[in-house]
Amino acid sequence: MKHDELDAALDSFGDALASATRVTPGNALRPEDIAVDGVAPSEEVAQYALTLGDDALILAQRLAHWISRAPELEEDVALGNIALDILGHARSFLTYAGLAWGKTEDDLAYWREEEEFTSLWIVEQPNGHFGVTIIRQLIVSVFQHLIYQQLTTSQDETLAAIAAKAVKEVDYHRDHAIQWTIRLGQGTEESAEKMRHALEILWPYVDEMFRDEAVHQNLDSIAVRPSTLREAWQEEISAVLAQAGLQIPATGQAMAFGRRGEHSEHLGYLLAEMQVLARKHPGASW
Amino acid sequence: MSKTIAGTTELFAIAAKVNDPEIPVLSIADLGILREVNLDDDGTVQVLITPTYSGCPAMDVISEDLYQAFTQAGYEKVDIKLVLTPAWSTDWMSDEGKKKLEEYGIAAPTGRGHAGRVTLGMSVKCPRCHSLNTRELSRFASTSCKALYTCKDCLEPFDYFKVLS
Repeated sequence: MKHDELDAALDSFGDALASATRVTPGNALRPEDIAVDGVAPSEEVAQYALTLGDDALILAQRLAHWISRAPELEEDVALGNIALDILGHARSFLTYAGLAWGKTEDDLAYWREEEEFTSLWIVEQPNGHFGVTIIRQLIVSVFQHLIYQQLTTSQDETLAAIAAKAVKEVDYHRDHAIQWTIRLGQGTEESAEKMRHALEILWPYVDEMFRDEAVHQNLDSIAVRPSTLREAWQEEISAVLAQAGLQIPATGQAMAFGRRGEHSEHLGYLLAEMQVLARKHPGASW
Repeated sequence: MSKTIAGTTELFAIAAKVNDPEIPVLSIADLGILREVNLDDDGTVQVLITPTYSGCPAMDVISEDLYQAFTQAGYEKVDIKLVLTPAWSTDWMSDEGKKKLEEYGIAAPTGRGHAGRVTLGMSVKCPRCHSLNTRELSRFASTSCKALYTCKDCLEPFDYFKVLS
């Protein structure tokens, strides 16, 4: 379809944007759907929203991979639902960030290179076995829940609105991860061993989550400084692990700088799969 | 109850005919998804809708159905806006909506979202045999907004519409 034809087709449905990934081309989120009063974010706020959107997008992509592969049907449905919620958060944050640069959620998801992604290393870590996915979810959900809770009082009205919606959903994700952590930690010798192993391979990516970066500067009362969440996060995680009969492992910390676009070897493969369709058939819709 | 549904009655009635594609017995008004319908000076119909969950795929279909409903009613200019605040809560579901849900075989939300997290296990009534002897199989089910239950008396599985504060 040529551009002018596409435009004509789109005019038949509101004032929609073209999108490579919608059932109908007109259904990409519009900036005015997300931005409260249609106000564009400043460059600093957009960069911050991008970090939140990237974390959510990459984690959603990882979780979606469990669909049809989970240990039981209910869990297939659960992980798929959690992925869908998180993808929803990613769409809102990316749409808002893109408003500052004239980009859509799809432009940001499908047309950026690896070094342009600002996500944390923890979310790009492979699913591993079910226990690894659950520990990763526990670590991230507790973290996101703390961020979104604080963001609900942000002076940036749009960030506050997205967070108010997201915090309720993440509360369910956190609960799900906690229940499985306790069940598997207290389960059989094998399940407990697998959970210990999961903690050992994921714990090295914890420090990065709480490092204040350039993107968090000059945004007092708008953004959340990750360093301020460490104590509350540690307290909550320790309590869950204690209940599950698990311990915080004594591992070193990875030199992870995802916020600066430096990633582990895993992100490239994930993006290759996530972006291939949009890049092979630019502008296509179905 | 913090229900603020404004707008023109006639236009609102047109919008309220649109159903949720995933729960076809419920209109978007029953669900509290439909927030406001207004007519601009230039004849544009402004519809405000709010998603139940951030990732709800039904929003796309609902937007299209609304657009269609108004164009068929003779309104040429329709602007459908998604609003995130205030965030949707199950408290916005109408009593009429809860009744329809039960008749359709989905257990309606038990308790009040604004009460916050309830630590005791709230009983969920089986929509088929009305037994309270039910068990949660999975907190996540066919859609984001539902959980999967099973009834220990009639042995049938059923969906439960989760409480969201």
